[in-house]
Amino acid sequence: MNLSRRDTLMFGLGGFATLALPGALSAATVEELAAPFTGGATPGAGGITLTMPEIAENGNTVPVEVDAPGAVAILLLASGNPEPAVATFTFGPAAANQRAATRIRLAKTQDVIAMAKMADGSIVQASATVKVTIGGCGG
Amino acid sequence: MITRREFFQAALATSALYGASGLGNWARLAAQQALTQDQLLQFDDFGNVTLMHITDIHAQLKPIWFREPEVNIGVGEAKGHVPHVTGLEFQKMFGIAPQSPEAYALTYADFEALGRAYGKMGGMDRVATVVKAIRAARPDAILLDGGDTWHGSMTSFLTKGQDMVNVMNALGVEAMTSHWEWTYGSGRVKEIVETQLKFPFLGANIFDAEWDEPAFEPYKIFERGGQRIAVIGQAFPYMPIANPRWMFPEYSFGIREERMQEMVDEVRAEGVDLVVCLSHNGFDVDKKMASRVKGIDVILTGHTHDAVPQPVLIGETILIASGSNGKFLSRVDLDVRDGRMMGYRHKLIPIFSDVITPDPEMASLIDAERAPFKADLEERVGTTETLLYRRGSFNGTWDDLICEAIRSERDAQISLSPGVRWGTTLMPGDAITREDIHNVTSMTYGACYRNEMTGETLKTVLEDVADNLFNTDPYYQQGGDMVRVGGLSYAIDVSRPIGTRISDLRLTDSGEAIEPSKAYTVAGWASVNEGTEGPQIWDVIESHIRKLGTVTLQPKNPVTVTGL
Repeated sequence: MNLSRRDTLMFGLGGFATLALPGALSAATVEELAAPFTGGATPGAGGITLTMPEIAENGNTVPVEVDAPGAVAILLLASGNPEPAVATFTFGPAAANQRAATRIRLAKTQDVIAMAKMADGSIVQASATVKVTIGGCGG
Repeated sequence: MITRREFFQAALATSALYGASGLGNWARLAAQQALTQDQLLQFDDFGNVTLMHITDIHAQLKPIWFREPEVNIGVGEAKGHVPHVTGLEFQKMFGIAPQSPEAYALTYADFEALGRAYGKMGGMDRVATVVKAIRAARPDAILLDGGDTWHGSMTSFLTKGQDMVNVMNALGVEAMTSHWEWTYGSGRVKEIVETQLKFPFLGANIFDAEWDEPAFEPYKIFERGGQRIAVIGQAFPYMPIANPRWMFPEYSFGIREERMQEMVDEVRAEGVDLVVCLSHNGFDVDKKMASRVKGIDVILTGHTHDAVPQPVLIGETILIASGSNGKFLSRVDLDVRDGRMMGYRHKLIPIFSDVITPDPEMASLIDAERAPFKADLEERVGTTETLLYRRGSFNGTWDDLICEAIRSERDAQISLSPGVRWGTTLMPGDAITREDIHNVTSMTYGACYRNEMTGETLKTVLEDVADNLFNTDPYYQQGGDMVRVGGLSYAIDVSRPIGTRISDLRLTDSGEAIEPSKAYTVAGWASVNEGTEGPQIWDVIESHIRKLGTVTLQPKNPVTVTGL
């Protein structure tokens, strides 16, 4: 038997391997990415719901849903990714609801942040901690 | 059937035979032996609805020894509360007399001495007697199974869960939820659910992985005693993380609190009178869920194997924990009026196998299920002079033996054994049969791998598993115990965050400190990776025990715990 280390670690290292990704030093920070979106407004709480699993089943494809009734735009940031910018969703006046769902890759355990801009320019924010684990011992 | 007097005389005779000195207070024991089946079943009927809950049987059809944990560390808000209270403190908390039958059933204290007096517990034929007796008193009672039913024994492994499916159908279970069931693969689960089970397989949180849409029946509404009762199923949330994802790639799980709220709202809108959640979340996760999801009357909790003699009240929700391995069945009588739960009466019924008469039909079904494998099951591999148990936050003696077997048979510096909570106990002097070895190792991914890991990787693995136990937010806990180690010692500060709990890793053979960059040979079992190679763990252990003949373990203490 001659398995590679990646194959044989006992606790399912699919997610673990990504822990070692080098941080991209040139990437913009969460603050730098948020500033142009918020226009300097201090984010409030409430009026935005961010739904994510507590522990990712697969760090490479983590479901995320954000719902912010009345929003004109939603900004999604993964604070612990080498490149924190994930997506900006914009909603036209004809949008029946202001809700977006997608899947994102998370490099490690981190906070995911969603900000919504309302028609009056005010900002609301929600965040969720998603754990990316090597797993394996639940019983 | 032997009479009570005969039983206790027989039990005492046995204990005198083995009677190691200094274990227990025999005079007191004799005085307290006043157990009958009628007493165990005694219950003043109450209200208009009865629930029966059994969970985490782990395929134990026959009576077993099962020592409750001595160490069950809780952190954050859970600290000092059940189930993180053990031994004499647990007895004090619930007013249990030391050395009483309850003390034996619910705590580890004096386990060996009390076990000799009170005998094995469980056995599905005894459980059947209890179920029938309750149904005789309350024909409308609902029997619910919290899952981890089809896995955990040699016969369940060899029949891919069929023996348990047959037994649970015969017992008249009316709904179940799931965890280890999935380790037979999603194809086998679907086959059983679609063609064999006579009751629904509930899981509001089981979703299609591709479209993230509900994939299984979320709830079932029962009409009983003039009331409409919704039972919502909640499968183990961390299936694809704690167990091999490749075995059920079509499904996604998770706590999905918003989905649970949605289901509660849906059944309430339908006008049900009572909402019950049949959960495999684990005790602390259910406690948190009960505080956040509104409108659940009763949570029947499973997964973390806790036996709690009283319901825990969270807001207006009662949480019932019914133990494991067939040791207990909970009876919950409820007074439901005008769409509200007005009151409850509860009893955690201990299944003392020498006191409760086996149900003859179930006994013969169990014998029939075991018959094809009987010789294999009962083959004696060796004898143990040491009490062999698993449960506890850190190492137990069974895993000390398993870790020794792995290191010796696989020639590794370090061995790892998963911190699962199932696995039965053996008494000093007991034969170790092949079935006993399966009772602590049975699984569909039991290959015993061997490879190299750096010191850094070892620490990362320990940190990751420790965070599954000691994260202060229960929603980030997966419900197992700490990974067991052989050939390695370490210190852990349970109060620290991930990455900073584990220190002072050393090889026990030489005392040498583990270096982050150095590679070590590591062998273990229960890898969640597809294609893991190696002999099956039960064969590794059998080979080791055969060489020893008689197992006598020296106490090991590889883990130094702080931050309590």
